[in-house]
Amino acid sequence: MNATLPAGHPSRDPFPANWPARIGWLALLAYVVWAAAQLDFTWSRFVSGLDNAHRFLTRMFPPNFGGDKWEMIVKGLTESLEIAIIATAIGIVIALPIGLMSARNLAPMWVSWPARLVVALCRSFHPVIVAIIFVKAVGFGAIAGIGALVIASIGFISKLFAEAIEEISLKQVEAVRASGASFANVLTFGVLPQVFGRFLGFCTYQLDSNLRNSTMVGIVGAGGVGGTLFAAFQRFDYDFVLAILISIISLIFAGEILSNILRAVFLDNRTISAWFARGPATKVIAKRGEEE
Amino acid sequence: MTDRSLKIRGLVKEYKRGVPVLKGIDLDIAGEGITAIIGPSGTGKSTLIRCINRLVEPTAGQILFQGMDLARLKGAELRAARRRIGMVFQEYNLVERLTVMENVLTGRLGYMTAFNAWLRRFPPSDIDEAYSLLETVGLASFANQRADSLSGGQRQRVGIARAVMQHPEILLADEPTSSLDPKTSVEIMELMADLAGKRNIPVVVNIHNVNLAKRFCGRMIGMTGGHVVFDGDPSQLNDTHLQEIYGGQNWIE
Repeated sequence: MNATLPAGHPSRDPFPANWPARIGWLALLAYVVWAAAQLDFTWSRFVSGLDNAHRFLTRMFPPNFGGDKWEMIVKGLTESLEIAIIATAIGIVIALPIGLMSARNLAPMWVSWPARLVVALCRSFHPVIVAIIFVKAVGFGAIAGIGALVIASIGFISKLFAEAIEEISLKQVEAVRASGASFANVLTFGVLPQVFGRFLGFCTYQLDSNLRNSTMVGIVGAGGVGGTLFAAFQRFDYDFVLAILISIISLIFAGEILSNILRAVFLDNRTISAWFARGPATKVIAKRGEEE
Repeated sequence: MTDRSLKIRGLVKEYKRGVPVLKGIDLDIAGEGITAIIGPSGTGKSTLIRCINRLVEPTAGQILFQGMDLARLKGAELRAARRRIGMVFQEYNLVERLTVMENVLTGRLGYMTAFNAWLRRFPPSDIDEAYSLLETVGLASFANQRADSLSGGQRQRVGIARAVMQHPEILLADEPTSSLDPKTSVEIMELMADLAGKRNIPVVVNIHNVNLAKRFCGRMIGMTGGHVVFDGDPSQLNDTHLQEIYGGQNWIE
């Protein structure tokens, strides 16, 4: 419309100012400054804290892997790894049916509604909060950590699996139905082949995530290396803390490589040697950002 | 041999209440030969075909086949009836991530328990038949390839093999050639006519290409606006009929 107006016409403005947006940005900035002042989030506070950091860092080096420390790390990490793998396995087995039931294009409302409610409940709390609840319910130890991570796995895998199913091609499903196949066979031949690759992607991603979380649930007493780490912090045993942190990083890296290999083998039908020859597959897992 | 004829009586389908797409169709389809249904897009040809195997739920009317009213079947009875009705789709509707062999064997799924289907434990006789059908449609060497690696013409051959694998007693084809080039279209129609003819399977086919229909079909049904307006021998179909079916006349040479 404006383009037809003659030059110099008062209403000819190709980029009119958006005053509400400007006020919104200013208000946001003002709030950040005010909130920072409230929390004593100031430069001088940061500088005075650096002193502390210096002492802390000096006491961390060199990392202490010596003697019984190494045994404690290995024991803790082994437990974390076991928690992660068991929780992922149980989570996958439960998430598969719940995901199917939550898919609104397959399940009737009276099935999908309760299933979606379960998923929403599983996703409401951070794994640490769930871990605390489990510790209170079943006592200290790995079983509480496994429980917490199973809940997290069910929430994540079911939700994304259901969304993947809701995006499948119904034409392919229709053809299988037309052959007179039972509902179970329609799932096996018409639905699962379309979503299996993505399902595996979600599972390996969750394994990754569980591995990280399994090193943390120990802080609240739910098993794994986190407990050792927390105890070391409380004893100001900082060289041991660094040793534990380095070990956790190695474990996470190893887990990353493992899940990349799993993806390469299952998703791209590439052999392990081909994976090493050509580097990791391009990132194909949808909605990774969802999780954290 | 069982009677393979189909009787449709007063078939009505409304997707929206009060807006019928099919306005009371009456048709008798003989238990042999190829019947073409022609008509403009949106006139209910596809709906008519899909009512027969109940991919679409009819609103009213009867579809009588082998003493059953297909329009009233439910659950296991409906699935048992579907096993005997083959279907070929416009966009082939193969399960893309399954192999060609698995797609052909999908035609036998109605006879498989969930457990055996999961483990792909099909009877050896079915597997032998699937290989020989693939041979017939010229895709024997593609058995282990994924369906999404095939061209359109190849996919439709697999689609036909899948339908024939059901040992159908009637074959429905919903615009099987509309996504294909002219030469491939003729080949696909030839293949379907040949396979169905040898097995004595009556075929009902929706088709847009009038000449292709005249060439392969023994009977033509013209539909427009949810009604049947022509029913007869292809040689009887003239320009006046075509005008009535499709409207206008500039497109007719």
